[in-house]
Amino acid sequence: MSSGRDNTQAQHGYALAMLKRELILAYRKRGDLANPLLFFVMVISLVPLGISPDSSLLALLGSGMIWVVALLASLLSMDSLFRGDYEDGSLEQLLLMPQALLAPVLMKILAHWLMTGVPLALIAPLLAVMLSVPGEALGVLLLSLLVGTACFSLVGAIGAALTVALRRASLLLSLVVIPLYIPVLIFGTAAVHNAASGLSSAGPLAILGAFLALAIALAPFAIIAGLRIGVDG
Amino acid sequence: MGSPMWAVLKNFWHKLGSPKWFYQMSSRWLPWLSAITLGLLVWGLVWGLAYAPMDAKQGNSYRIIFLHVPASFLAMVGYYVMAIAGIVGLVWRMKMAMWVLRAAAPLGAVLTFISLFSGAIWGKPTWGTWWVWDARITSMLILLFLYLGVMALQNAFENEDSGNRASAVLTIVGMINIPIIYKSVEWWNTLHQGATIKFTEAPSMHMDMFKPLLLMIVTFYLLYALVLIMNLRCEILRHERRSQWVRELALNGKLL
Repeated sequence: MSSGRDNTQAQHGYALAMLKRELILAYRKRGDLANPLLFFVMVISLVPLGISPDSSLLALLGSGMIWVVALLASLLSMDSLFRGDYEDGSLEQLLLMPQALLAPVLMKILAHWLMTGVPLALIAPLLAVMLSVPGEALGVLLLSLLVGTACFSLVGAIGAALTVALRRASLLLSLVVIPLYIPVLIFGTAAVHNAASGLSSAGPLAILGAFLALAIALAPFAIIAGLRIGVDG
Repeated sequence: MGSPMWAVLKNFWHKLGSPKWFYQMSSRWLPWLSAITLGLLVWGLVWGLAYAPMDAKQGNSYRIIFLHVPASFLAMVGYYVMAIAGIVGLVWRMKMAMWVLRAAAPLGAVLTFISLFSGAIWGKPTWGTWWVWDARITSMLILLFLYLGVMALQNAFENEDSGNRASAVLTIVGMINIPIIYKSVEWWNTLHQGATIKFTEAPSMHMDMFKPLLLMIVTFYLLYALVLIMNLRCEILRHERRSQWVRELALNGKLL
């Protein structure tokens, strides 16, 4: 019994150490952290310039545009998820370790979400105000983006793992992953639209949560398979 | 499991993994399969386009259904074929299964395109527009993207085996999309009509229209199998071109 508990504790310690490593690595490259966020803000500011500064039109389009651009910003940051570890050989070491790969992979994704998804979600309500999205929808926008970007990180990691061995893979990664992002986008925007028009957004949010649960349960298998293929090839 | 039936199946399965055996056997099947498919295709098209009754509301324009529905059917079935081939290829490391995946990807993409294109042509007289962002059409477009993504990933690797395995993983992941296509009609009930053929109820269309449609669906299954086998034979020749049996076939002029 006690050895089982020790083992579990060791696993937890191991996972926490992995998370700490990822966060430190990300903190050391602070410049890269700001890039998806800057991209998000800049592209959103193109929307009124490209379409119209008319606030009634922007209120209609705003939440959808924010979701689409958040999707793209998350996608752009995906390519580097396993790239550094692959190039310096630490990914190979991870694959050779006796411990299950699940913890390091999930911690890497958690760190990625904390570094890109959460900031994107936090800044989204500010941009939504600039695009005249109704005030009632801001909370739901934040919540739906928090869940949605976690889904993006998990599903995008599948694409990042499958293309890890390829040079200049970011375009291919987008082609592979965008179709898989579509359901999340649909329900995310549905939640915000419902909130903006005074309806309950509990349904779409619940489905987003279901997507997240499904992605947490299933995506690691595909990610680990993809990483093995990349390291073997 | 020692029954003779099981032994026969197992034997067949093992033989199926042999490119040489498959190539030789399919050379024997192909003339029959092509003749039957062509015959049924002519029969089904003439029946559907000329003899089936005109639709009360849509007139003759509904007749594109005899192309649109079978193509959409097989576009989705084709994805399952790819996914099953991918699972077999990943689990048993069976190279023939990976070649099936390679052979099925462009075929499925073309069928999905035909489905979208014929749908657009049908949409113009019926709904008055070439394209609507209806759930079912959009899902079909996503299916096309999935096919294209699989094909792009297959060809991105220098090492073909890695490309095959990566695209097999992607195919299995993308399979999540197929139930969404099916369910989408119920999820977002929009412009597109609900599914016409349900296995649990009597068809909502008249029998005189339904029978040729069923014939066309069966024909498209055969057509799919025919083209898949032909693509697979090309894959086999490409990979086995240095082997003795292919050289002998080529020298004797019996490649086709």
